[in-house]
Amino acid sequence: MTDETLKTTPLNAAHRSLGARMVGFGGYDMPVQYEGVLAEHRWTREHAGLFDVSHMGQCKITGGDAVAQFERFVPGDYAILKAGRQKYSLLLNAEGGIMDDLMAGRPDHDGLHVVVNAGNKDADFAFLQANLEGDATLTVLSDRSLIAIQGPEAAEVMAAHEPVLAEFGFMDCARLVLFGVDCFVSRSGYTGEDGYEISVPNADAERIWNALLKDARVKPIGLGARDSLRLEAGLPLHGHDIDATTSPVEGALTFALSKSRKERADFNGADRILKELADGPARVRVGLSVKEGAPAREGAEIADMDGTVIGKVTSGGPSPTLGRNIAMGYVPPQFADLGTDLKVIVRGKPAAAEVVAMPFVAQRYYRKPKA
Amino acid sequence: MHFSKDHEWVRLDGDVATVGITKFAADALGDVVFVETPDAGKVVTKGDGFAVVESVKAASDVYAPVSGEVIEGNAALAGAPETVNADPEGEGWFAKIKVSDASTEGLMDRAAYDAFLATL
Repeated sequence: MTDETLKTTPLNAAHRSLGARMVGFGGYDMPVQYEGVLAEHRWTREHAGLFDVSHMGQCKITGGDAVAQFERFVPGDYAILKAGRQKYSLLLNAEGGIMDDLMAGRPDHDGLHVVVNAGNKDADFAFLQANLEGDATLTVLSDRSLIAIQGPEAAEVMAAHEPVLAEFGFMDCARLVLFGVDCFVSRSGYTGEDGYEISVPNADAERIWNALLKDARVKPIGLGARDSLRLEAGLPLHGHDIDATTSPVEGALTFALSKSRKERADFNGADRILKELADGPARVRVGLSVKEGAPAREGAEIADMDGTVIGKVTSGGPSPTLGRNIAMGYVPPQFADLGTDLKVIVRGKPAAAEVVAMPFVAQRYYRKPKA
Repeated sequence: MHFSKDHEWVRLDGDVATVGITKFAADALGDVVFVETPDAGKVVTKGDGFAVVESVKAASDVYAPVSGEVIEGNAALAGAPETVNADPEGEGWFAKIKVSDASTEGLMDRAAYDAFLATL
């Protein structure tokens, strides 16, 4: 029962042979689960989960002006980013709204490797193609798949294939030969766990996927658990928790605004963003612990204790790790202090909720000991 | 036991119908994490949503396979929603309904339901 309007990744047949339940996501026919969302979520927190994220967009930006041109549309300082490092950033429109969030790595001195969201990739690449000037060339890497391995045993699994990967710190990246082919690897992910994202040639994707699955510590994980894992990690999902109307300040992503770039005020939307930093935004993304009743999901209203609706949940659900319901959503800043009592309204019923810190579950990224 | 095309089951005992969701529905939902069953006294109409079942991913309405008045919702599901996956057509029942019409018209028997599933 394949929807023929959906695109497929090079791992589609592998998912089907593993008995995955497939759904449409970001225009692709993707595995939502294999054995079950809860079991997959827990496996990733305890062992190592393997994710096909080939639906995401990959491109490289090369040329003498690549970094300077890329910086015009993101608020991060990539000029000072050392070769071998990767940085999270935001593609901003002229109003300071978040067109997309992305990872841009500088594996060497030859430009950037950029990974963007599946649903936005065509628009992102078209926007950058149209706006990059000077000696900067964007090449869409449609010949590459992306495989993520995440969890506390991911580093041991990968070290068996390439020992140098154990020496990577969180957000280190490199081009290197893995499984006999040229790969781009970063120590990062979207689950809050230690792990890697590995960009591989399409022709080798299934071979590498199967080779990693041979390890008893590794199981395939679908998009269902990917979503519950990233929710626990407090990581926003573009198109839901942040979008083209949301600023980085509203989205609680001010860590992505580099100090030097704020001082220079030289990125898209800098006027609005710097004003919000000084005066406060109209709304801000917060974490909520839902203390009773049903899960509060995207679209559920958030009310103050008088019952006045003050915002909306943008994603939420059960936290398998915590055994209770969690959510993220937007409220005016006067309701954003940790410990603030609020209500979430699910199917007309108000339920007690409290503003809590994110991540909901501690992130376990690997930080290298200081030399 | 009789079945609806919306994947609810009905077991009639006199004029009391015990209702729940089928194994097919429970498997399709995946891990059930929350169930909202109706309170006693609630009047339900065949085809209308009368309960909610939630998986990790989403909330789904459960449609009443019969009309009548709820005499009991399965309170045990509040603390153990996973029972719906473990025993959907037994301990995972949703409600007991005093039916206004003790006929199974429009519902399928097991063989017909299995044949219906084969067409999906």
